[in-house]
Amino acid sequence: MAFSIIDSCINCWACQPLCPTHAIYEAQPHFLITASQCTECAGHYADPQCASICPVEGAILDSTGHALNPLGSLTGLPA
Amino acid sequence: MPPAPPHSTCENQESTSIQDRIHNHPCYSEKAHHHYARLHLAVAPACNIQCNYCNRKYQCANESRPGVVSELLTPAQALKKTLLVSEKLPQLSVVGIAGPGDPLANPQRVFSVFKTLATQAPDLRLCISTNGLALPEWVDELARYSVEHVTVTINCIDPEIGAQIYPWIFWKNRRYKGIKAAEILLAQQQKGLKMLVERGMLVKVNSILIPGINDHHLPEVNRFIKQTGAFLHNITPLIAKAEHGTYYGLTRQREPSPEELLTVRQICGENMNVMHHCRQCRADAVGLLGEDRNAEFTLADLDNHPDIDHQAVMQKRMLAKTQIQAALTNPTANYHIPLSSLKTSKNSLKKYRSLLVAVATRGQGLINEHFGHAKEFLIYEASAQEIKLLRVHKTQLYCTGQQECDEAETRMHNILQGLAGCELLLCAKIGYAPWKQLEAAGIQPNSEYAMVPITQAIANIYAEFKQAGKLTLSSQQQAS
Ligand code: SF4
Ligand code: SF4
Repeated sequence: MAFSIIDSCINCWACQPLCPTHAIYEAQPHFLITASQCTECAGHYADPQCASICPVEGAILDSTGHALNPLGSLTGLPA
Repeated sequence: MPPAPPHSTCENQESTSIQDRIHNHPCYSEKAHHHYARLHLAVAPACNIQCNYCNRKYQCANESRPGVVSELLTPAQALKKTLLVSEKLPQLSVVGIAGPGDPLANPQRVFSVFKTLATQAPDLRLCISTNGLALPEWVDELARYSVEHVTVTINCIDPEIGAQIYPWIFWKNRRYKGIKAAEILLAQQQKGLKMLVERGMLVKVNSILIPGINDHHLPEVNRFIKQTGAFLHNITPLIAKAEHGTYYGLTRQREPSPEELLTVRQICGENMNVMHHCRQCRADAVGLLGEDRNAEFTLADLDNHPDIDHQAVMQKRMLAKTQIQAALTNPTANYHIPLSSLKTSKNSLKKYRSLLVAVATRGQGLINEHFGHAKEFLIYEASAQEIKLLRVHKTQLYCTGQQECDEAETRMHNILQGLAGCELLLCAKIGYAPWKQLEAAGIQPNSEYAMVPITQAIANIYAEFKQAGKLTLSSQQQAS
């Protein structure tokens, strides 16, 4: 049960301060999630915080490797 | 400090206390913008909304458009940059935070910068530019650090329209989309605006003119913000190129023409102060409006530069301010002088037509730029009543690559388009080839007024043209 950030992350810092378990950290070339610390926000928020603010489609994956914000879901642009 | 002398017609009507607050702010006072410099600190990376004219992925040193930066600063670097810039550019009067995200989505960073600046550089005016979503929450904190100038981007007051501009917002730990998102955002913007006004802060409202989406709606926005008590309305044209990768760029949303922009500004200008000198700065812009010297102050420079004494640079800034104020109170440097020499009357307005003049300037209110070096032209309208700045034409606003920038022809073509309607072009110097091209296009180049104050030169020319009968309207034209 943990999310992950992949290389389409643009290092915008939006997710990092929101994480209730401090699982997100700045790293090169992009932000990362400490898997052991990520609870998918269970018990804290109804929606996972990082995936709710991330502006980039496809940058955050769930534990099965699926994009939480799939192509087209945020911008309305055709995938 | 001496009160600023009267200048633009609209600024004239403001009380002295407001004059005191805007006289050295290049964005709020058209006169100040020729003299004082501003610095935008890129300390706010995160954003809490998405706009269809913005692409968060864009990070490019060649791009000068709002919201774009190349280097993100930590609060400590931001302070050092302010001191370093003050050292090289003591006419610095304003420090703003505008992004690259939304300042109020990064409150810790932003307020830590304001806190240090308020103690180490108390003479600098602080300002922020926000989308307004988090504004109500932070209004009192802004007041605490004497942030007197706040810009709120309000593109609409109708959520139906908002839904076409904002695809989502992040609000109270959730992402909202569609009309619900727009409802929340607009309500927050309006609430924030009211709260700022109640606390006596000067609010500039930015609206982006998006043809087919909010062009007919902006006069309504204008009435609303005027009623609420905003100080200035800045209507800027949408920038939407496919290569920027924004939603509007990729979906071929049209940008407004200069005429469309002018029309909307004019409609709104009847109602309140409308800004004509905005340059749509990047979130890391440095220098006078219209110039950007950010490249001189890179992160590497900052880190290698020895510490700077903040007291000493404040002295420098104070000295520069005294000099600028002295120059501004000099009668020959007056801006927007009514053409009193022409003995204006309602009648003469009917008898003589107005004249559009393009000017190449690099600041100080003088005609002091070489045609070939001009990054922009100021377009003034002279009438029997006054001389006013109508708009600014950027010559290569969005450099898309070396090739395109170097092509003199593309540049000339763009200039001729941008200066359409102008009868004269005033500059400090101009080469033979462009002279011929301008002449052929019906724009008379003139470098006789090199180093002369802009409005003085235009006043002279207007008087000359009038004398020569070039501005007299026929009786038919007078009747219409
Ligand atoms: S899902 Fe929640 S706990 Fe996991 S990284 Fe994102 S914000 Fe942190
Ligand atoms: S919000 Fe998305 S893009 Fe921004 S830092 Fe986090 S993962 Fe990267």
